[in-house]
Amino acid sequence: MQMIEQVSVFLENKPGHLAHMARALAEAQLNMRALMVADTSEFGVARIICDNPQAAKQKLEAEGFGVSITQVVAVEIPDRPGGLAEVLEVLGANSVNVEYAYAFVEPGAEVAIDVLKVDDRRAIEVLSAAGMRVVGPESLYQLDV
Amino acid sequence: MYQPEYEAMPRLELEALQLERLRAVLHRVNDHNEFYRTAFANAGLSPDIASLADLKHFPFTVKDDLRAGYPYNFFSAPMHDIVRVHSSSGTTGQITVVGYTSNDIDNWADLMARTLASAGATADDIVQVTYGYGLFTGGLGAHYGSERLGAVTIPISGGNTKRQVQVLADFGTTILACTPSYAILIAETAQEMGIDPKTLPLRAGVFGAEPWSENMRKQIEELLDIKAIDIYGLSEILGPGVAAECDQQHGLHVNEDHFIIEIVDPETLQPVPDGEMGEVVFTTITKEGIPVIRYRTRDISRIIPGECACGRTSRRMERITGRSDDMIIVRGVNVFPSQIEQVLTGIEGVAPHYQVVLGKKGAMDTVEVHVEVAADTNFDEIRALERLQATVRNEIQSALAVSIAVKLVEPKSIERSQGKAKRVIDLRADQGGM
Repeated sequence: MQMIEQVSVFLENKPGHLAHMARALAEAQLNMRALMVADTSEFGVARIICDNPQAAKQKLEAEGFGVSITQVVAVEIPDRPGGLAEVLEVLGANSVNVEYAYAFVEPGAEVAIDVLKVDDRRAIEVLSAAGMRVVGPESLYQLDV
Repeated sequence: MYQPEYEAMPRLELEALQLERLRAVLHRVNDHNEFYRTAFANAGLSPDIASLADLKHFPFTVKDDLRAGYPYNFFSAPMHDIVRVHSSSGTTGQITVVGYTSNDIDNWADLMARTLASAGATADDIVQVTYGYGLFTGGLGAHYGSERLGAVTIPISGGNTKRQVQVLADFGTTILACTPSYAILIAETAQEMGIDPKTLPLRAGVFGAEPWSENMRKQIEELLDIKAIDIYGLSEILGPGVAAECDQQHGLHVNEDHFIIEIVDPETLQPVPDGEMGEVVFTTITKEGIPVIRYRTRDISRIIPGECACGRTSRRMERITGRSDDMIIVRGVNVFPSQIEQVLTGIEGVAPHYQVVLGKKGAMDTVEVHVEVAADTNFDEIRALERLQATVRNEIQSALAVSIAVKLVEPKSIERSQGKAKRVIDLRADQGGM
């Protein structure tokens, strides 16, 4: 199982900028599966899971955005109380730090998918070993770019 | 040191010499130059001044005064005594013509010999003069200095970079004289030709005629494996040879036995104390052909206080950091935006492109500096971006001595024009609270 590619976009603090980003992705026929915007008082960073991260990077850079591809872990969260806690406890027990996390739900799916930015690539091994279902790139986006 | 009797002259003796020479030049321009004679008469000034401090009462000379005398009317020697003319490049308007007597040419050779010697050159060196020959002062100025020093002089002039490299390699050049940007081009061309520039016998370079940064110095020194020395001059004062760095590479020693340097506030035109930034003003005290009194160079620098370890007693001016035409005043402090660029070239993660937005909050001026983040930044790291923002703010604040805000903006989002209007956006009149 592999990490997945998240598109991280630097957003200057100016009106209509997030809309500009979304429009650019639409123009390139790219579909966002998840979007999380983190902001500071001075700027924001949009984190995007989409069906073609490399194409998204190319398109957004052409539009003048600052873009990085970030490796993140996607893991299914069991649909019951404590589901997320179990995932995080496995990581904690193995000394893997989580820098940030956000979740999304695929259309028609029974489970949520949590996106985790971790500081240790062992995250995938330890989650798999604990019986968690790690989601690979093939199920989230096109690989033939 | 080529002329230690002058370069390391005790300050008191030097100042006595300056006073004597200043009186003589004031008499010369009063006798021969209509512009100065009228200006002195109108201000009730006599050339017989009591001390160097009296210089500050004399009127300034600006570029337009020289232009008005085009071509020969500003000369203070009869044409019979003029043996050469050069001219300015005319990049900022009509060209100006400067004339030299044989004494001027003689002094110039000494001053350029000093300049080359401060880069370590001796009669055993081979000097490749890649400054342009012709009306431009660079080529012939360096040429006469090199010959005066007794070095082998290669009068190759500028251009034909491949031939420059071939000559560097085949003639065994040890000292290179050219603009700093051309030095980089030479190094890159050598690499393209399959010659490792580090293996050349070259050991030092005297670079000037354009502003350059400390980062560029490092680049040149690494590419060519040489010591790179900053030199300063302008045709209105002499040409190259007005000031040059020594081996300490910390400020340019002004040849104060020939030129009196003052730093003045570009707004009030009052002299500022050593250490403070301002516009560089020169008075030539030995020139005969076209002496100038308190010539405003528009270049921004400061005097570096203190003595230099090299033994020269002449004061040092800092590398030129900008032009007075670009100055802005923020909360009463003179700010030169080009200083921001210098700061940015030293910070990793940002591009040296910026825009300054001036506003008002109540009665207070606000300054927001927009700085481009480098394209290869990891944009996912918010904390790193915040740290970068703080670093940029702190470094700019300490350089400008004014508190500012920094806004990080997207890569390549700032227009690449060099014009003043693009660099500084002044909204203070619209937002004025008073």
